[in-house]
Parts: sequence; C-alpha cells; structure tokens
Amino acid sequence: MMGYADPLDALFAFQRALENRFSSDWLGASTATGGAYPPINVFQQGDDLVAIVEMPGVNKEDLNIQAKENTIRIAGQKAIDYPESVSLHRRERLSGVFDRTLVVPMQIDPEGIQAEYKDGLLALFLPRAEKDKPRSIEVS
Amino acid sequence: MAEKQELQVQQKREVDKEQEATAPTRAFMPNADIFESEDALTVVLEMPGVDRDRIEIGVDHGVLTVEGNIDFGKYEGLQPVYSEYYVGPYRRSFRISNQIDQDKISAEMRDGVIKLVLPKAEQAKPRKIEVRSG
Repeated sequence: MMGYADPLDALFAFQRALENRFSSDWLGASTATGGAYPPINVFQQGDDLVAIVEMPGVNKEDLNIQAKENTIRIAGQKAIDYPESVSLHRRERLSGVFDRTLVVPMQIDPEGIQAEYKDGLLALFLPRAEKDKPRSIEVS
Repeated sequence: MAEKQELQVQQKREVDKEQEATAPTRAFMPNADIFESEDALTVVLEMPGVDRDRIEIGVDHGVLTVEGNIDFGKYEGLQPVYSEYYVGPYRRSFRISNQIDQDKISAEMRDGVIKLVLPKAEQAKPRKIEVRSG
C-alpha cells in the first residue's frame, strides 16, 4: 500500500488524478455526458468499477436504480421544502427530477451490483462479469 | 401543479483565497439557502460526502464559518477513470448580525446537507406592543 507523509499530499494527488480524468472520453458516446444530473465519477478497483454519484439532499426513498447488462439507470427527484412564512435571503440550491443512464464499456454482473447511499453520495459497486475478465494466455 | 423541473448540474465554485495555501489543494463553496423567520435565521449548505464528524462550525468576530472535510481514505485503492465533478473540502463564511444569539446556534446533518439554525436574540424578535387605555 502507498503511504503519504502528509494527508494533504494524498488529497492533492487525488485531486490531480481526478482532474486528469475530467470528462475524458472513456465512456464514449454511449452516455449523455456533460451537464447531465447527477454528476458521476467512475473509478476502477481491481477488475471492477465503482461509480460515485453526487446528489446531496436526495432522499433514499426518492431514488430509483435499475441495471441491465452494462447499463445503469439512475432516476429520482430532489425536493426542497421551505417552511411557510419565511423570507428567503439566498436561494442557490436546486430541486427537480432527474433520470440518467450510465453505460459502462465493460460487461458487468447485474446480480452483483451493490448500491449504497450515504452523506449525499451514491456509491455503485459494479463487478465485472466473469466472462469479461481478461485471461492470461499461455504460449505453448 | 406545474411540471417538475429537470435538475441541472451546478458546477462547484472554488473558494476565493485571501491567502495562498501552503498545499496546492482546492476547497469548494457549498451551495447555500438562507431564510429568515420571526425567531431565527436558517442556513442550509450542501456538502456531499461530508460526514457529521468532519464538520466544523465557528463564530469569530461576527463571522460564521462552516467547514466540511472529506475522508479521502474512502477513495484509497480507487483509480479514477472518468470524472465529472471535483472532490475536496468545503468552506463558506457569512457575516452575521449581533441580533443572533451566538450561543444557541444549532446544526443538523442529513444526506450531505447541513442545516444551521441561528436563533435571534430576544431583543431582536418582533414584538407586539399593547396599547393600554389611559
């Protein structure tokens, strides 16, 4: 395991790695990218993928996730309730509905997908299908 | 009711730095809603990925500062392959008036959204004035 002397070094290295992958063409034309809600970061973890989706203020109950082959659909709504009889000084948060489809360029095992929602982040664990894993070929 | 609006992505804004930081990391400004009722000011901030234990709230010289830190340990062993949003600590400050009872500020966190309630000091609350018959 890599160790960092300073946690800020780890943060910097991570931010730089993210930046290098900003809107790369890794997903190709298969996913509606750029500007679509919710924003998604995709990571590789060994053979598998982890997608981390940012959606603060979304209720878990308002979230609908479906998976089929290499396609994952994330739909739902974000509601903001302001109490009655208040005067709004600042309103930057947005509410509304969303429906986004993520197509990953590898075969995933739909049965093995796990979703976890915590602190406004949705983490999707996308295991690579056994038949899609690379194999080493022996040269005889 | 009108048709539900489709959500748009809000790009993260970087915090304006007063001084240069020693490390080249970036902090971001959380989106905020602020509303006022008769007896309190409420500040709502979006800080996705921030755990309740990593929030710091302070009031200094009439400035309320809220900081949220990310546990980068959770990203260990993950190689970024595609990215649409930045990840980093959040920070935002607001100047608050002396009408706020600073000792009674409370906060709660849910789904990456922190809500701070800043109660008004007694003398700042609107009051009804009775007219006595003379």
